[in-house]
Amino acid sequence: MSAERFLDRIQRGPALLGDGAWGTMLFTRGLPTGDAPERVCLERPELLTEIAGLYLEAGAEVVTTNTFGANPERLGLHGLAGQLEEICQAAVEAVRRAVGERAWVSGSIGPAGQLLAPLGKLDPAAASAGFARQASALAAAGADLLCVETMTDLAEAELAVRAARAAAPGLPVVATMSFEATRRGFFTVMGASPKQAAVRLAAAGADAVGANCGDGDTMAGIVREFRAHCGLPIAVRPNAGLPRLVDGALVHPETPEAMAARVPELLEAGVNLLGGCCGTTPEHIRALRRALDALG
Amino acid sequence: MDLLKELAENLRLGEDEAVRAGTQAALAAGLAPGDILRSGFLAGMAVVGEEFGRREIFLPDVLLAARAMQAGMEILRPHLARDGAPEAGRVVLGTVQGDLHDIGKNLVGILLRGAGYEVIDLGTDVPAARFLEAAESSGARVIGLSALLTTTMPRMAEVVSLVRERGLAGQVKVIVGGAPVTQGFADEIGADGWGFDAESAVRRVKALAENS
Repeated sequence: MSAERFLDRIQRGPALLGDGAWGTMLFTRGLPTGDAPERVCLERPELLTEIAGLYLEAGAEVVTTNTFGANPERLGLHGLAGQLEEICQAAVEAVRRAVGERAWVSGSIGPAGQLLAPLGKLDPAAASAGFARQASALAAAGADLLCVETMTDLAEAELAVRAARAAAPGLPVVATMSFEATRRGFFTVMGASPKQAAVRLAAAGADAVGANCGDGDTMAGIVREFRAHCGLPIAVRPNAGLPRLVDGALVHPETPEAMAARVPELLEAGVNLLGGCCGTTPEHIRALRRALDALG
Repeated sequence: MDLLKELAENLRLGEDEAVRAGTQAALAAGLAPGDILRSGFLAGMAVVGEEFGRREIFLPDVLLAARAMQAGMEILRPHLARDGAPEAGRVVLGTVQGDLHDIGKNLVGILLRGAGYEVIDLGTDVPAARFLEAAESSGARVIGLSALLTTTMPRMAEVVSLVRERGLAGQVKVIVGGAPVTQGFADEIGADGWGFDAESAVRRVKALAENS
C-alpha cells in the first residue's frame, strides 16, 4: 500500500473509508484509565492487532495507529518520553500484522497537549521537534501515511504538518481539526475557521484536510466550507455523539445507522475520506461501509 | 469614559500595560479598591466570559484578558487587603483522577477568580477523597470537577457519592464539566450542576453558592 497509491485513490475516489475510535475500544478491553493509552503498544500489542483486525473486517481501508499522544510532552507525563520510538514502532507493527497490505496504516499525531507560547508554556521549536520525532519514528516503522488530528490551534497544526513533511518526506499527510458550530459559523475553540484551516494547512504542505472529533451534524457544513476554499481532498471523522452514563457504563448515543444516514449528504458535499472518532466502533464502520457501497 | 469603564474595556482587550496604568490611575484618583475590583476587573472579565460563551471571542482572547487582570491585580492586591473587600466565596477545583488535562479547568479557574471567588486549584489527576478534604478544610461550598477523557468521567460519580457518604449533601455542591460531559450525565450521577463551558460553569457556581 504505497503512498502514491493512497494519494491517487483519495484524489480520484471512490471515497475512502477509515476506521473508528481506538481509545474507547481499548478501555472496553480493560485498559486502566489515567495511564497513557500508548503504553499498550509496548505491553499489550496483541490488543491493537485485534482492534485493527476488527476495523479491517468491518470494511476500513485506512487503519490508524495508537499513537495519538506519542509526543515527548504527553509521554513525558507518564515517564515514557524515552520510549517514543519504540512505542511508534510497536504501534505500526501491531496494525500491520492485522491488515498486511489490505489497508493503509495511518500514523496518528495528536496535539502536544499544552498551549504554545506565548499563550501557554510550550516552546514552538520544542513542539516542532517533538512532532518531527514522532513522524520520523512512524515513517521508520513503515506507516503509509501520517494523520495530524484533533488540532484546535492552527499554529500548532501547521507546525505538525511542516514537521511531518520534513521528517517523513515520502509520506502523505492528512491534517484535521476539531470544530464546533457557533452562531457565526464553524470555529475551533482557539478561533480557527475551516476557511483558515483550508488555506493555511494546504500552504503548510498537507495532502488532505478536514475535521475530526466533532458532532456529526456539523460535518457536511464543514466539508462544504473546506471545499469552497481549497482543492485538496477532504477527510472527516465525526464522534458518535456525546457519551451518557447507562448502568455505570459510558455509552455513546449515536447508532451506526444514524451515522450512516449522513453519508449521502457528506458525499454530495465532497468528502473523500470518511471515518469515525470518539465512541465509534467496528459496527459504525460496517454501517458506513454499507452506505458507501450502496452509493457506489 | 470614566476610569473604571476604561479599565474594564482594556482588560477585555487584554491590554496589560493599559490595565496596569489604569489601576494606578484609579487608585491615585482615590477610588475604593473594592470598586476598582468590581467595576473594573470583574466587570471586564464578566464581558469576556459572556463573549466566550457565545464564541464571539475564543480561548486566546480569554487567556490574554486573564493575563491583563493578573497584571492589574498585582497592583491592586495590597490595597484590597487593607480595604477588606469581600470575597465571593471559595471553590475547590480540579481534574478528576486519571485525567491530566487542565486547559478547560484552568479556564474555569480564571473566570471564577474573575468573578471574585477564591479558587483552591488541586490540579489534575485528583483522587475523590482529596476534593472532600480540601472542601472540608477550606470551608468551600462548591467543588468543581473537570474531565476531558470519556473514560475518567465515572470518577465524577465517586466524588458525588463521597459527598453524600460524609453527610455533606446540600452543604457542599458538586458541579461538573469538560468536553464530553453533558447535563444528562450530570443528572445521572446526581451532580448539583453542569457547566456547558467555562462561562456557564461560573454562572452555575454563582447560582449554587447563592442557594446554599
